[in-house]
Amino acid sequence: MDAIPLFFLLGFAARLARSDLKLPGQLYEALSIYLLLAIGLKGGMELAKQDPLQVLPQALSVLTLGVIIPLVAFPILYKLGRFERHDAAAIAGHYGSVSVVTFAVAVDYLTARSIPYEAYLPLFLVLLEMPGIAVGILLARMGGEMRSIKWGPLLHEIFLGKSMVLLAGGLLIGWAAGPKGLAPLDPFFFVLFKGVLCLFLLEMGLVAAGQAGTLRTSGAFLAVFAVGMPVLSALIGTAAGALIGLSAGGTLLLATLAASASYIAAPAAMRIAVPEANPGLSITAALVVTFPFNILLGIPLYDRIVGLAYGG
Amino acid sequence: MPNTHPCKLVVIIAEEALEGPLAKDVMALGAHGYTVADVRGRGSHGSRSGAWDADKSIRMEILCDADTSLAITRHVEEKYFRHYAMVTFVADVGVLRPQKFVR
Repeated sequence: MDAIPLFFLLGFAARLARSDLKLPGQLYEALSIYLLLAIGLKGGMELAKQDPLQVLPQALSVLTLGVIIPLVAFPILYKLGRFERHDAAAIAGHYGSVSVVTFAVAVDYLTARSIPYEAYLPLFLVLLEMPGIAVGILLARMGGEMRSIKWGPLLHEIFLGKSMVLLAGGLLIGWAAGPKGLAPLDPFFFVLFKGVLCLFLLEMGLVAAGQAGTLRTSGAFLAVFAVGMPVLSALIGTAAGALIGLSAGGTLLLATLAASASYIAAPAAMRIAVPEANPGLSITAALVVTFPFNILLGIPLYDRIVGLAYGG
Repeated sequence: MPNTHPCKLVVIIAEEALEGPLAKDVMALGAHGYTVADVRGRGSHGSRSGAWDADKSIRMEILCDADTSLAITRHVEEKYFRHYAMVTFVADVGVLRPQKFVR
């Protein structure tokens, strides 16, 4: 049993039991900055070793994956789930974007099992954060009430939001400094990483349990979607990983990225771009159901799927 | 108090996502400045703990003259009330150095 998901369960159980445990808001903020930077740095350092001609086509395929997933999710929510267009589009956007912490847990899963993977995969994390959100916004605006989208503030929100700046900035620093330049930072960014991830998951457990009450009002369809959609996305992600020639470990990470749903960047962007969408629905699906599902059951399941695909 | 001058205090409590747009709006509507604080609480949309990104709320306070306060409240009502969880109220207060807040 991996220790890291247990911290999530501890937080979740503590909140359900009405413990007074609470992490200071500023600590949450600091931990998330640390995680984003560390993940970016690590990916950038590995990216420096890669041949750009090999990575570029992969990067384009991954961008396409980020467009496809919300396009698959939207009709499921809109036609089958009978959600309003703006709600279906906003939820689809959350599922098109990614969760950084889910990615970190998947990396830990691979490391614990000594499964090799392409260490520049944080690049894909950066690439997948944005297209899903943009597609979600476009889907929301396509029907009926065509209101002009103010792209200026929106692009600012997407490209200069804190997660994007830290991830992409870390990636660039790691790429520019290389392994040698980053060696002095090793103890801080890489050795301490797992401990920080545990604290963050403890907080996520508290937050998820605090929101869990909304499940009662959001309907059974959303709960089923929030489990089914990640599995479907993981299948698409597995196919994509195999197509672009990733190793089994890299494909598992891509499948996990595909399966994950954003609960930080996407809610902030959607709140401004699609104000009529009910934020409670997306958050409940992404954070209360999909996030715990992925870190507790999903990643081992996707490992099986990838194993089957790679004949392992 | 003899050295205070009448002024309006507009208070807007809203989702953190609105901080940027609101700041821009109130300045464009004639406010000379504003103060923002992170807050938490409970209302008709449920409780907001402020513990993480999508659950944060802010309180924006603007000291201004009556015309500006009217412009701000009308604007907020029209643009944000329908889709956002927010509370807005106006109070009569007394300020020192009124030239900082009113035209």
